[in-house]
Amino acid sequence: MSNKKNTAMTFGSHVKELAKSDFITYGVVIAAFIIVSIFSSSGLLGRKAAGLLVPVCCYIVMALSLNLTVGIMGELSLGHAGFMSVGAFSGVIASMLLGEVIDNNVIRLAVAILVGAFFAAIVGFLIGIPVLRLRGDYLAIVTLAFGEIIKDLINCLVVGIDKNGLHIIFNFKGDKSAADLNLAEGGKAIIKGAQGATGTDKIATFAAGFVLILIALFIIQSLVRSRVGRAIIACRDNRIAAESVGIDVMKYKMFAFVLSAAIAGSAGALYGANYSNLVATKFDFNTSILILVFVVLGGLGNMLGSVIAATVLYILPEALREFANYRMLIYAIVLILVMILTNNPRLVALREKLFSKVSSVFKKGKKKSESEGGK
Amino acid sequence: MNKKTKMVEVPSHAIIPERDLDKSPILEISHLGIDFGGLTAVDDFSITVGRTEICGLIGPNGAGKTTVFNLLTNVYTPTRGAIILDGKSTAGKSTAQVNRMGIARTFQNIRLFSNMSVIDNVKVGMHNSIKEGFVSSIFHGMGYFKAEKAAAERALELLDFFGMTDVANDEAGSLPYGAQRRLEIVRALATNPGIILLDEPAAGMNPSETAELMENIRRIRDTFQIAVMLIEHDMNLVMGVCEGICVLNYGKIIAKGTPEEIKANPTVIEAYLGKRKEA
Amino acid sequence: MEFLSYLISGISLGSVYAIIALGYTMVYGIAKMLNFAHGDVIMVGGYMSFCAMMYLGVNKWLSILIAMAVCTLLGILIEAFAYRPLRRATSLAVLITAIGVSYLLQNSALLIWSSNPKVFPSVVSGTLNAGGLSVSYVSLFTVAACIVIMVALSLFISKTKIGKAMRACSEDKDAARLMGINVNFTISVTFAIGSALAAIAGVLLCSSYPTLTPTTGAMPGIKAFTAAVFGGIGSIPGAFLGGILLGIIESFAKAYISTQLSNSIVFAVLIVVLLVRPAGLLGKKITEKV
Repeated sequence: MSNKKNTAMTFGSHVKELAKSDFITYGVVIAAFIIVSIFSSSGLLGRKAAGLLVPVCCYIVMALSLNLTVGIMGELSLGHAGFMSVGAFSGVIASMLLGEVIDNNVIRLAVAILVGAFFAAIVGFLIGIPVLRLRGDYLAIVTLAFGEIIKDLINCLVVGIDKNGLHIIFNFKGDKSAADLNLAEGGKAIIKGAQGATGTDKIATFAAGFVLILIALFIIQSLVRSRVGRAIIACRDNRIAAESVGIDVMKYKMFAFVLSAAIAGSAGALYGANYSNLVATKFDFNTSILILVFVVLGGLGNMLGSVIAATVLYILPEALREFANYRMLIYAIVLILVMILTNNPRLVALREKLFSKVSSVFKKGKKKSESEGGK
Repeated sequence: MNKKTKMVEVPSHAIIPERDLDKSPILEISHLGIDFGGLTAVDDFSITVGRTEICGLIGPNGAGKTTVFNLLTNVYTPTRGAIILDGKSTAGKSTAQVNRMGIARTFQNIRLFSNMSVIDNVKVGMHNSIKEGFVSSIFHGMGYFKAEKAAAERALELLDFFGMTDVANDEAGSLPYGAQRRLEIVRALATNPGIILLDEPAAGMNPSETAELMENIRRIRDTFQIAVMLIEHDMNLVMGVCEGICVLNYGKIIAKGTPEEIKANPTVIEAYLGKRKEA
Repeated sequence: MEFLSYLISGISLGSVYAIIALGYTMVYGIAKMLNFAHGDVIMVGGYMSFCAMMYLGVNKWLSILIAMAVCTLLGILIEAFAYRPLRRATSLAVLITAIGVSYLLQNSALLIWSSNPKVFPSVVSGTLNAGGLSVSYVSLFTVAACIVIMVALSLFISKTKIGKAMRACSEDKDAARLMGINVNFTISVTFAIGSALAAIAGVLLCSSYPTLTPTTGAMPGIKAFTAAVFGGIGSIPGAFLGGILLGIIESFAKAYISTQLSNSIVFAVLIVVLLVRPAGLLGKKITEKV
């Protein structure tokens, strides 16, 4: 059989092709980071724009994380902000605890992000047990429910530190405050129930956000090209067929879900470290939906799309601030129009027809060279 | 008869070809049955399949043939009866576990991973034989590249068996119907089964494709040394390729035997054509 | 006695959820979409009734009719312009569009009426005092309205021609079309009915909780959706049962456990119910044929 040569060739070209699309994504992110860094160091970036850099990074990572759940695993999650919240608050606690011990803010931030990812992963696992038993819209509504439950629970949280360590109480009845922590002298309340975390250190940097994006991209893109990633996609495409070839659907769905939660937790931890105060109601249903919009407009399973959509759609409303109340109205109308234009079969066909007419000239030349190259 | 029977009494009613007689059977099914809320879909289904046998499961529409496949793969949990695969009971196992124990199948309505490439479909079939853990799936070390290369080579080898290497990188959903059916068989074979269940493999094929399929079924048996069990309505294929045939009607076995015996069996003829008036 | 009054306020709140959930469930049943804008139609209904009473000086009952008329029209327009072009698109695309419509309604309301809360004059005032138990008339009226609507809707769906067309469309749109049913018209009617119900729910909700803001409809909308899933989405008795139960659970949770966590408790109950019955209390379990 002559397939040895054939094998090597196909495998080689296959890897090359895949690597190309991955590296384009990395390239775009790195180039964007360099350009923005140059702008910001030369003072071309306004104060307001500079303040957006870290949150944009957080939302990009959130979009990547949700794309893993919705695009690659194929399950709709409407409560992803819950994981962000868990990461943000556990990260804040970790960073404040470490504040006494470690002076280096980079290490503190890195540890906070890891702690955020870890706790979000645990919550993801616990939620995954009931959630992943359900299908379709039922699964979606339960993720929404969990997102709201996480928000309410964190809203009840009162946390403080003193020389004896960490003090935590749950303010279920709404009758407890930071005073009930009974902190020793010199102690400090970090999270004060519905008031949220206050007086926390702002240690997040744009560079850290950039690194986090690269790590999230690396994890997801590597995963997709592996045995585990193929199994996850197989479960999405056809659950029954995946079972029939010996794949434990629950195991792989759970892995994807926990990984997605951990990435969201790390984004949350970075977000929390960017502000001196933080409230749980920030991470509500609307935030989950905002991230879902990034993912859907960026394209399901398309990581570069998520990065671009998150950047543009996060900055756009901020840039439109001068239009005050009209900006969200414009945003809503644009959202509806984009969805109709990209999803209506007739309009899509029309657009492709126009596009092919315009680009037919270019394509002719390209095809010729391609077919010659193939031979 | 005791309907709650769980144990195999004897390897029942063998239709094993002679060459497999000295070996233990790959599959022993005894008194298998399932009820769907009072309705008995399959009842008292007992057959034995030899190591390298090609056996056919035929019967009129709605006889319960696909239900038998779903019972064998534990998509449905049997109400009664036992399935012994290669000497081990499959009771209480999940569909995925049953596959790892050695049963692979194809589906009547094609179930491919249609957004994945052809070669990736086969690699998903090889899932449990690729040595690559959760960690190396994210941090690609040397082990990853070695495993992926070996997987790609093996997948292409399997595709080559059906002459499909040239479409390896095409999207599975874009293949023509016949090729999709072949890919499903390749994917099933990729799981290294001891027996492969084919659910209407010739459906929608023209006579020349069917003839090729017959040849391929024999090649599968000869090359991989596994048993094949197939559901099919095309009698030319069934009679041409199967060594043992089992006829199902209303969920019950009405006849078992070689193709010649089945062709001459009056009960079978009656089930398919109805009762003759003068007889 | 205390227990009884919590129960009654729970049933009353649950009746509002049930009316909203009926709209959700009808639309889901026929269009197979999560219409997240439904909650905001409630808000529009509330504002319409408020404006009719305040600025046009019309009678309370007439203001409800005006609100229903406006919301019916709104429902038909939303369906025609936002959802109909996406009839064959993925459910996720429709979901995002529905979210867009929800933003659109909320922000339009914000521009027109500002974020300052309006104090809604209750359509029914006064309380009934009987044996130490005091129940507001609006609670009783809400429960009565819900029962009337539920019965009327069930009769409409089972007896009328258009009701049968709705059931046919929810089973199989293509087959319904082949049988000569105008699918687009049927879906429009469904949205119209759902939106009219939302308007009634808006007025009733604002009568019990008299602050009206552009986001008034959001949380009741989500909870009514939960109620619809709870009872088995697509099922009309399910929406009714789910709504009432949810209202009672919420009322008791607020009274006996924690006000802050009342929403969480409602959601937790939903999760438990779905684990035991994955298709809701009265939903039909659909198994995929292999």
